[in-house]
Amino acid sequence: MSSHLIPAVNSNDHIMGDHKAAVELLEYGDYQCPYCGQAYPIIKAVQKKLKAGLRFVFRNFPLSEVHPYAFNAAVAAEAAALQGKFWEMHDVIYEHQSRLTPEALFAYAKKIGLELDRFSEDIQKESLSERVESDFESGVRSGVNGTPGLFINGLKYNGPWGEEDLLEQLRSRLK
Amino acid sequence: MLSIGTKAPEFELNSTPDQKLKLSELLGKNVIMAFYPADWSPVCSDQMALYNEMLKLFTKHNAQLIGISVDSKWSHLAFNQSRKLHFPLLADFEPKGKVAKLYNVYDEVEGESMRALYVLDDKGVIRWNYLSPVGINPGADGILDALEKLNHQ
Repeated sequence: MSSHLIPAVNSNDHIMGDHKAAVELLEYGDYQCPYCGQAYPIIKAVQKKLKAGLRFVFRNFPLSEVHPYAFNAAVAAEAAALQGKFWEMHDVIYEHQSRLTPEALFAYAKKIGLELDRFSEDIQKESLSERVESDFESGVRSGVNGTPGLFINGLKYNGPWGEEDLLEQLRSRLK
Repeated sequence: MLSIGTKAPEFELNSTPDQKLKLSELLGKNVIMAFYPADWSPVCSDQMALYNEMLKLFTKHNAQLIGISVDSKWSHLAFNQSRKLHFPLLADFEPKGKVAKLYNVYDEVEGESMRALYVLDDKGVIRWNYLSPVGINPGADGILDALEKLNHQ
């Protein structure tokens, strides 16, 4: 089965960190998936420790039937990206994973300082739904079989992703 | 597993408590047969839940997905409802594993089907197969590649 990213990380992606970073961690994530919720603070901690050595990329992989709020949450984060606040929305959603109703998403949008009229218009845009769907399809193509689907330097990582394990994996690639 | 180019053997299994599905009813469509060990594996990494999200993509390739395990039609019904699956789960229940055996993917020790995939073309000929390690969800990239090749021929 496929084990590398299709397509490779590119300018359409949501990327946090230096493009010259030695290590790239990519997550295919679902905003309502409890395992992604567990991975969220771990990835934050790892980013803090590796600093400029690590670049983090996020792509959407909502399992909409089992997680009915996941798709809309993904669209909301994409709408925030149109106002330059993707990561703020990504973070606030993962920090409040148990409340992802439309009302809650609007409250988060307000909290991070989005212009709400614009947000409200943007979340209706077909292009954002298409973006989320195309992320999902690229995940399937890349061999993602569940979330979080992690890739290190473009290769699928199937090992454990507790903080220690993940740090060790990433550090070994820094050398 | 049965080899590429083989005509897929006919079978008939319950798809719901009161309906049966014959493989030959699906002629004219590509068919994805997903044998899996058991209903009720953990949600986020569940193979059937993943495939359920891909039905639109499969439909684009004129493909029908069927799931097959040795679970009973009643277990399938509950599983189907719980996971909101929108494709048939076939009960290979009595005689147990008959169809899995026919397709050489029955695990005699566990008494379950192995985790195995077949892609058939619209004439019912096997065009791709894959046997996955039992604990690993094989994802769907292999299926999509196989369907794409079919449609380019």
